[in-house]
Amino acid sequence: MLKRRIFQSRRWLCRSFSSIIHSEPVRVCVVGSGPAGCYTAEKMLKASQQAQVDIIDRLPTPFGLVRSGVAPDHPETKIVVNQFSRVAQHERCSFFGNVTLGSNVSLAELRKLYHVVVLAYGAESDRSLGIPGENLKGILSAREFVWWYNGHPDGRNLDPDLKSIDTAVILGQGNVALDVARILLRPTTELATTDIASHALSTLEESSIRVVYLVGRRGPAQAACTAKELREVLGIKNLDVSIQESDLHLTPTDEEELKSNRIHRRIFELLSKAATSRPIHAGLNQRQLRFVFFRKPDSFQESKDSTGHVSGVLFEKTVLKGVGPGKQIAVGTGEFEDLKCGMVLKSIGYKSVPVDGLPFDHKKGIVPNDKGRVLSDTSDTAVLEEGLYVCGWLKRGPTGIVATNLYCAEETVCISPFSIHIIPITVKLTEVANHTVFMFASEFLKLSLS
Amino acid sequence: MLNLNSRRLARAAISIAKHFSTRNYYTSMCRAGYSRTTPNHYDCLQPSFQQSSLFNLYKGAMFKKHNFLSTTTSNNTAEDGSEEIETISVTFVDKDGEEKLIKVPIGMSMLEAAHENDIELEGACEGSLACSTCHVIVMDVEYYNKLEDPTDEENDMLDLAFGLCETSRLGCQVIATRELDGVRLALPAATRNFAVDGYVPKPH
Repeated sequence: MLKRRIFQSRRWLCRSFSSIIHSEPVRVCVVGSGPAGCYTAEKMLKASQQAQVDIIDRLPTPFGLVRSGVAPDHPETKIVVNQFSRVAQHERCSFFGNVTLGSNVSLAELRKLYHVVVLAYGAESDRSLGIPGENLKGILSAREFVWWYNGHPDGRNLDPDLKSIDTAVILGQGNVALDVARILLRPTTELATTDIASHALSTLEESSIRVVYLVGRRGPAQAACTAKELREVLGIKNLDVSIQESDLHLTPTDEEELKSNRIHRRIFELLSKAATSRPIHAGLNQRQLRFVFFRKPDSFQESKDSTGHVSGVLFEKTVLKGVGPGKQIAVGTGEFEDLKCGMVLKSIGYKSVPVDGLPFDHKKGIVPNDKGRVLSDTSDTAVLEEGLYVCGWLKRGPTGIVATNLYCAEETVCISPFSIHIIPITVKLTEVANHTVFMFASEFLKLSLS
Repeated sequence: MLNLNSRRLARAAISIAKHFSTRNYYTSMCRAGYSRTTPNHYDCLQPSFQQSSLFNLYKGAMFKKHNFLSTTTSNNTAEDGSEEIETISVTFVDKDGEEKLIKVPIGMSMLEAAHENDIELEGACEGSLACSTCHVIVMDVEYYNKLEDPTDEENDMLDLAFGLCETSRLGCQVIATRELDGVRLALPAATRNFAVDGYVPKPH
């Protein structure tokens, strides 16, 4: 009876005591306000009542690629900003725009100011092909082009020339490549009702591009796009889509891959249907989209008038070679062919940019980490950097959709601050508190019962 | 006693009003299309889901008065005799195995129902078939078969869902009907499977 009373009073006193201990806020800084940063902030706020989260971004406006990467004719994908806005409006959360990590504030300073720093600034650079002619005029990265039509401040001076050319080649067949192709080929009357940047809309209205090639190194069974985007591009009004039936031939490994992979299987079915069902009647000024497979870019050709402008791409034909279960790579065959064009858009992947004081894996283009906890380097003897975490593309590489960051953020938050920082401190304090309270309570009760 | 009943009535009235207001919101989202009502994206942000339900309640009352009155069913399956909406029982099972039994009015989507009952089901695109975050797993094949086949658009989004199973559906597309009474929906475990490559784990 006495023991129970002591236990109850101890529990009550401990709870009120520990609420004093826990009232010290845990200051968290999230660098980057895109999906990774916002989901991380949301989960941090939910995980701890003591967390005070500051989200910083180098742009004055938040939301990262949701604002500047999602195509203007995909407004439903942008609805998630409602959720992100609610996070930023949380009483324990603040957003600071126009703060650039590396120039306005250094990583070292942030680590001094905050208990926890989570880097979620994504990937703002591009993979390069490393082939001759890559610096010619008219060769752009898809990332820059997307920034341009989405009104990103860094893309406003791109000024692509779409008036004096009729053919564009897009290298890559992922969703970004399809987005770019769709924006180039969609009737501008349809684009006019979207939130596309007005400078891009007026340039596209004067565009003379009639043929767009989507070129991939491997075959249709390996195309990196997803069904919704492919279906959409195949359904564009007045667009003639051509796919060579010979490219649809599947190797036994292809068939194995397709059997176990739902996404690729549905993509292949869509491409097969498009190859066989479209009658080719090139009407006057009708736009054309040509899917080209098994071609690896070898070099860029300069135009004969020496203006330093690209005039074509030389490709090497490829075949698939198995390098592991379910994995085939493209190997050159020594046969070449070229495609004449006036513009090339490289859509071969984004790349993250390192900052001072941040360990970086240049091979993978990410920050070395263990489930989101930053490691000091890429060696086997790396140690954990205290209070430093990553989330999003900076952690996993530049793949995935908005929702991928949901799970990525959950992993980083679960593995992180609250299990590392708070518990050791509070365990010590609550131990002391427990002991003190117990002594006090037992003395008090002994007195009251005597 | 009287107080209790009038409180229950008030609660019921509020839940009915909320149900219709949120339904109107979803219908207008899906039918009208987001782009026609969206101003320049950089100028302002859309009102949040919860804030606009009040506005839509007003709008609903103004323009769809007949809806408000005529769809109330007379069949009463709720224990509480003062409620006028027919509901079904739905159990949500979270990733830790914890179960929550809720009442879902007929015609409401599982995503809406989850949000109204504070169940942690994400809905990033708020029911526009533009994401896969409201992914649920129908635990019994019999109930799964009672549902209409997913459209191409839903299948496109399911392709990208994490922890995809044979009986997976998007919560915003599963609408409560009488035959779904007693359905059990599992929230998928957050797996460390980040590759968008269609990896299908075995159903569990």
